[in-house]
This record gives sequence, C-alpha cells and structure tokens, in this order.
Amino acid sequence: MDINSIRSQFPIFSKKINGKPLVYLDSSNSSQKPLKVLNTLDYFYKNEFSNIGRSIHSLAVNATNKFEETRASVKNFINASSKDEIIFTKNATESINLIATTFGQFNIKKGDEILITELEHHSNYVPWHYLRETKGAVIKFAPINDDGDIIIEKLKDLISTKTKIIAVTHLSNVTGTIVPIKEIIEIARKKNIPVLVDGCQSAPHLKIDVRDLDCDFYAISCHKVYGPTGVGILYAKRKWLEKLPPFIGGGGMINEVRKDKITYAPLPEKYEAGTMPTAEVVAFNESIKFMQSIGMENIIKHEKELTNYALEKLKKINSVNIVGNPKNKAGVISFTIKGIHPHDISTIVDEEGVAIRAGHHCCQILHERLNLNATARASIGVYNTKEDIDMLCKALDNCRKVFGLK
Amino acid sequence: MDLKDLYQDIILEHGKSPRNFGKCDKYTHQAKGHNPLCGDQVQVYLKLNNEKTVEDLSFEGSGCAISMASTSIMTELVKGKSVKVAKKIVFDFLNMIKNTSKIQSNDLNEDQKIKIMSLSGVKQYPMRVKCATLAWHTLTSAIEGTGKEVNTETID
Repeated sequence: MDINSIRSQFPIFSKKINGKPLVYLDSSNSSQKPLKVLNTLDYFYKNEFSNIGRSIHSLAVNATNKFEETRASVKNFINASSKDEIIFTKNATESINLIATTFGQFNIKKGDEILITELEHHSNYVPWHYLRETKGAVIKFAPINDDGDIIIEKLKDLISTKTKIIAVTHLSNVTGTIVPIKEIIEIARKKNIPVLVDGCQSAPHLKIDVRDLDCDFYAISCHKVYGPTGVGILYAKRKWLEKLPPFIGGGGMINEVRKDKITYAPLPEKYEAGTMPTAEVVAFNESIKFMQSIGMENIIKHEKELTNYALEKLKKINSVNIVGNPKNKAGVISFTIKGIHPHDISTIVDEEGVAIRAGHHCCQILHERLNLNATARASIGVYNTKEDIDMLCKALDNCRKVFGLK
Repeated sequence: MDLKDLYQDIILEHGKSPRNFGKCDKYTHQAKGHNPLCGDQVQVYLKLNNEKTVEDLSFEGSGCAISMASTSIMTELVKGKSVKVAKKIVFDFLNMIKNTSKIQSNDLNEDQKIKIMSLSGVKQYPMRVKCATLAWHTLTSAIEGTGKEVNTETID
C-alpha cells in the first residue's frame, strides 16, 4: 500500500490549518473525500444532471443508470443477495429511523422489548426511544465491562420472550470496540429475533459481509466511507422490506394513486420517496472504487498498525488515560488527560493543525457508564500516517505546557 | 490569534483553583446550567439580602478551563454588588464575549476589569463562547428565580 499515493488523492491534505499542515484525526466523525469523488460530483452536475426515475429522455436514462450502478456496487461491497435490498437514505441515522418506525408500526406493542447496548450512539437509541414514548415499548441496555466490551452473557440474560429486536453497533465510535456481532446474531437467531447492526463506524474500516453475518438490517453513512454527505444506506433482508410498511410517502415510492387507494412501488423504490441525492449517490460509487483499489485487507492492516503505534505512543505519555481496552480495537482512540478538559485539549492541538474531537461523541449513556463527562478522541482513516500520530503526541505535549503540567 | 490570549495565566489559575466553589451558606436562589454539546454542568447558588444585594455567591460543577475560570471570576466580581449592578456586569460581560471584546462598565475597579478582560480572548474562538457564557446565563436565571435550567443550545 502506497500511503503517499493515497494521500495525494485527497486535495484537503494540501491545505494548511492555522498555518500548519492538516493532521486529520476525526474520521470517525466524517472522512475526507478523494478527488475522484469530488470530480464526479462536479462532472455529473455539469454534464449529466437529470432527475432519475420517470423521465425517458437521454439524460434521465443515463443518470438513472449511474444511480443504479452505485446500488450494484454497494450490493457487492457488503455482499448483499440482491440490489433490491439496498435502500438509499439520507444517512445511517435515517436508515435506523426507517427501521425503528416501520418495524415499530408493524411489530411493537406495549410492553415489548427492544434490546440495545451501552455502547450505542444516540442514533441507535433515540429512534427506539420514540417507540418507548409512542408505543410503551421497553428499552433494555446490554451492559459493557470496564474494557468497553459488551458482556455477552448479560446480553443473553436480557433477552426475553418479549424481545422484538436487537440493535447493536458493529464498532464503537468511542472505545473502538469491534463488537462480535456474528456471535450476537447467532444468539438472536436461535430465538428468532431480528438484529439491526449500526455499521456507521465499521463500513470504512472492516470487511462487511451481510450474508455471512446474517443480520436483518445494516445501516451505513456514506460520508464516513470517503463519500459525500447526504447519502446513507440501509441494507435489509428482502423479507422485511416486503413485509414492513413504507416509511416516507411521496413521489417515486408509489405504484398507483387513486382517491380511495394507493399502492406502493416495488423494492427498492418503495423506500425511496422524493428526489434522491442523485449526484451524491453517483459519486459514492467512486468512494467504493477508491477503497477497492486499495483493498480492504490492506486498509485493515494499515489501520491496525497505525492504531497499535498510536496506542503505544499515547501510553508512554504519563498523564494520558486511554478510554477502554477492548479485546478487538479499531482506530478509534478516546482519551483523557489529567488536569486538562477535552475541550481545552481540542482547542490547543488545533493550533498545531491537529483535528480531533472532544465531547461525549453522541454517546452520553456510555460516558455515564464510564464516569466521564467528556473525552478527547483521535480517530484514524486510511490516509493517516505515523507522522500524524507523532504530531498528535507533540501537540498533546503542548497542552501540558500551556497548562503548566509536567 | 495566539493560544496565550485564550489561556492567560489568570484563566489557568482560576481554572485550576476556582474561587467560591461549593454551596454557600443559606443561599436564597439557585439555578442549573447545562451545555449539552460538551456535557459541562454548573449550579449557581446565590444569597440575596433584603437590600437586594448579592451577599454571597458560589457554584458547583465541572467543565473546561474556560468555563471553570469564567464562573470563578464571575463569583468574585458579582459578590457584594446590588442585583441591578450584577445584571449590568452580566450584560457587559456577554457583550464583551460576543461583540466588542471590551468592558464598558464603571462598576468594576481596575483589578476586576483586568480579571474580566482576561476572558475577552474567547471571542476569537466561536466554538468556545458557550463555555464562557454558561455560568453568566445561569446567574441571571438564579437572580430571576424562574428555576428554569439554562441550556446553552436554547439561548442566544
């Protein structure tokens, strides 16, 4: 893997931040975009733009084809059985809301239980909370241990005859825990409980095979996968998409509309109402091609090396406390520094051009569990280097200097 | 903009050893403040006497250096002032952070002006303004006695 050639594909790395070269360690939040993705957006709008679907003029046909090419690429990327199982949404949040809403209408009654975990991002909790509010559902939280691993035995114990769905992240955006979701899905399978996987963090960093996992639903945000904002993916098994009611109503998702009756479009259009983010979906195909050109195995290897390097270097700094120590950890490293609040850390390292995130990272439940108000988080993308980690450590030294700490 | 303008010695010192920390005796008013973006929480306790003077003022909470220092300095400057003057100081502070970078008030002595001005650098860091203003909004809420929790996401 040629890291220089990868970095050269990202125009943003030629920019200076506060007069310093950008050290971007906020990819869990959102990734940077390769030039081909940006050029495709630009080219599509300038040369090929049309709305997709109904029109039969040449531009519309071409745009529709390109849109569907991305769907086919996504299908292959996550190894779904059919293109019909790939629904484009606004983001993973919308994907999860789609399932929470439609599954809730279809299958949740008062007292029914939804099992999530203490690791979840707010986007895999709040949509289920709506069902608690509107339907009287009960939300249970599978606990984690201090390392940040889900305690599988306790998760098992929380499953009851009332458990209607399990929703769990594939990779924690705070501790970097790679969750053994295959094991969780096997447990759920035995009890015939569907599983939704929040794949927001995993999609850019792990090999995703939805058929091997046998998950019912898988949610992805394309902007974290080197793609444009405004596009998300929902993978759902065909049987669910056929059974569940539609989500958003409007043009494009209907078959026939009469004064007394409406029928819905076949899959996947049933779930794609209104004008879609056409150019963004078309451009996302280039994001997938970008990742495939490197190869997922190479990406995983590079990021693993970098994560280990970062952990090793950060652990050498006495005042740094790394949050969680999961069995399998991806390149998401949250930490605290004794005597310096994460917000102060973020402001100070930013002066050195180092972009990290500070706060609770949309995981208040998890922070409460870990007795933390906030953490600083450095998260790795395929374009990061050991020099980036060195710069982070140097900038952290500066934090201690500013605060007069040894 | 230099980091030293933001993290001045006064701020670091107050951040590390905040004044008037804890519940003050026989407080008559209190209010909570919360910044959901970073999780900062502050509780302001206020003792008003019959002459409408802030006899005592203290706080509890946790947060970044900017928020702790800002709260600490606020308690020092407002203690002993009449409610009317306290409100003027709050207005002046918020105006400094958001608009002018300057303090207009005649209600503060030179030493107090230096302290409050030490927070003026925050204006250059828009993402940190709410760290500095949370306690001041919370003080206003305590004085007004509405009991409403201040939330940085729902105030200007």
